[in-house]
Amino acid sequence: MSILITRETTFIIQGITGREAVNMTRECLDYGSKIVGGVTPGRGGREVYGVPVYDTVRQITSRTRVDGSVVAVPPAFTRDAVMEALDAGIKLIVIVTERIPRYEVAQMVEMARVRGARIIGPNCLGILSPDEAKMGGLGGRAEDARKAFKKGFVGVMSRSGGMTTEMCNTLSAAGLGQSTAVSIGGDPIIGSTYADLMPLFEADPETKAIVIYCEPGGRMEAELAQYVVEKKSRLPIVAFMAGRFMDEMPGMRFGHAGTIVEGKADTTTEKIARMEAAGITVAERIEDIPGMVRQRLGL
Amino acid sequence: MRFYEFEAKKLFGKYGIPLPAGSRVAHSPNEAAAIAEEIGGPVVLKAQVLTGGRMKAGGVLFAETPSEAAHAAEKILGLVIKGHTPRGVLVEARAPVEQEYYIGVTWDGFARLPVMIFSDMGGIDIEEVAEKHPEHIAKRHFSTIHPFSDYMAKELVASLGVSGTHLLRLSHIAAQLARAFRNHGLTLAEINPLARLEDGRFVCLDGHVDLEDDARESQRALLEELGIDPNEKRQARPPTEFEVRGSQIDAADPRGVAGNVVEFDGDLGLIIGAGGGSLTLFDAIRKHGGRPANYCEIGGNPSVAKTCALTKLILSKPGVKKIAVMMNVVSNTRVDLVARGVIKGVIESGCKPSEKIAIFRIPGSWESEGFKILEDYGVEYCDRTVSMYEAAGRAVAKMREG
Repeated sequence: MSILITRETTFIIQGITGREAVNMTRECLDYGSKIVGGVTPGRGGREVYGVPVYDTVRQITSRTRVDGSVVAVPPAFTRDAVMEALDAGIKLIVIVTERIPRYEVAQMVEMARVRGARIIGPNCLGILSPDEAKMGGLGGRAEDARKAFKKGFVGVMSRSGGMTTEMCNTLSAAGLGQSTAVSIGGDPIIGSTYADLMPLFEADPETKAIVIYCEPGGRMEAELAQYVVEKKSRLPIVAFMAGRFMDEMPGMRFGHAGTIVEGKADTTTEKIARMEAAGITVAERIEDIPGMVRQRLGL
Repeated sequence: MRFYEFEAKKLFGKYGIPLPAGSRVAHSPNEAAAIAEEIGGPVVLKAQVLTGGRMKAGGVLFAETPSEAAHAAEKILGLVIKGHTPRGVLVEARAPVEQEYYIGVTWDGFARLPVMIFSDMGGIDIEEVAEKHPEHIAKRHFSTIHPFSDYMAKELVASLGVSGTHLLRLSHIAAQLARAFRNHGLTLAEINPLARLEDGRFVCLDGHVDLEDDARESQRALLEELGIDPNEKRQARPPTEFEVRGSQIDAADPRGVAGNVVEFDGDLGLIIGAGGGSLTLFDAIRKHGGRPANYCEIGGNPSVAKTCALTKLILSKPGVKKIAVMMNVVSNTRVDLVARGVIKGVIESGCKPSEKIAIFRIPGSWESEGFKILEDYGVEYCDRTVSMYEAAGRAVAKMREG
């Protein structure tokens, strides 16, 4: 099994006629995803690789079942697009767009909570369940995605889109496939954190271990450590921590918008200590991850 | 982007938060004297820098008369505090303080909501109060979609046992600070200390405001009103000339990203990406004992011209012996375009790609086309079977060989 998406998942792409979104549509279709429509206000009636384009989300939801939406519209229009999807009853929203002001992100996340919907991102590459479907740009072209992602039992979550592919590629090469890989996004506030997604992986009988990519900044790793201890998670977790050099450079922003050392809790040293105390194995090199996963599973 | 104290106070003033009398910036001793004259009593003069520790560095001085103020301003304007030259000196009335408080609004990353924080122990770092005296801190979240209402600030202040007129005045300030935070998409709005003077008035003695880069566009009007250049970067230290040129290269061409160039003092130039990959690779270079000349992030499929310009910039930096070109497995960036850009940049710098490029490790989309170009120029490259860590190690080893 997988989490969040399968080959049966139907989704739409908001902003489908944008240059990047057109490529993404092609990639997702080639990978086997079911895209039931696209939205670009004012462009209704066109087609993108055979996918019909509409002016509003409701024009699609009124005629067919829509499980999810990928939002790939410019930052100034993202909040509106997400509100439209939420109001149309869509329950899974992947926000690819980056550079959305934090206040607007918080509004979308709060609204999703009210509507009982889930947001992945923003500033993410989306979701990929190997051999099932991909929802977003994760993995790139279908042929490239098939090289890096293989079906298996490791659940992957990453604050970096590119590193999601890198880690899955390393796991796949070592014979460890993935149940689902989620690029959760690099912003300070995101719709779904590691701890938010853990219950889904826990409920998936095929997921046996978790691999995550971590960065300085924010409280997400601390939140996960707390979750693991409080919920007595059945899943062993291996975490890779990047950006260790940033501990020496507080106040400087490297990497993603969410990556800045503002206080003591933001440093990699502090995060590593918290995760290790919670029983999470922390890797310093990507290539060490497969061995650590095997060790934790007694394989 | 952090605001200077005087900018933060201008914003607070707009929201009716009481400030000390005067509270204007002087850029010369004469101007400082004039403001002191206007205030007509003891004043404090404060260096306007975006760094802590200005008190220790002599950046905060007191004066009783306008001529003393002029003298103090001259001293402060001549200081360099942790590499920062003061952007003027703030002159304000000084009055005896009865008690100091803290009021701040920031994001709670756990709750994903804004949170107001209040303490009756102001004047010191709030993190320290939270650690040592948690009973002196009150917090209250507020919604980003429901309207903000004054009672929320009253609940916050009252929860520490404050009542009477103190409650009304303090909660008014907290509510206004929360409104400023909401209206301008701030990431931090903080008054510390907020002083209760002997005469019963409350005034903001010092304040911090942070605006995130992504909100600059929507806050153009505010920045203009406060006289802030919307393109100023304002990191923890002022940008070097090398870094400024890096931003110019990124801004000159909208295709892809070749940004966040940060200068270091090593000899190995880095063309690395993307966000997470750069963090991973920079760590790897350092772990192997390499000395990076720079940090950067390329991604989102930069054009040949852009990568070429970045390569030339890095090679023009004195002391750079070789460059390493590395990324995680890429999906959107085209390997062949990066290879072309880097080789072009090396050749245009008058160097041989096979000698200057220590290693090229970018696997992923269009890799076979890219690897063919690299082969043609005799550049050492590796595919996805070589880890990022290993590739970094090869680059460092080549530096040792010379």
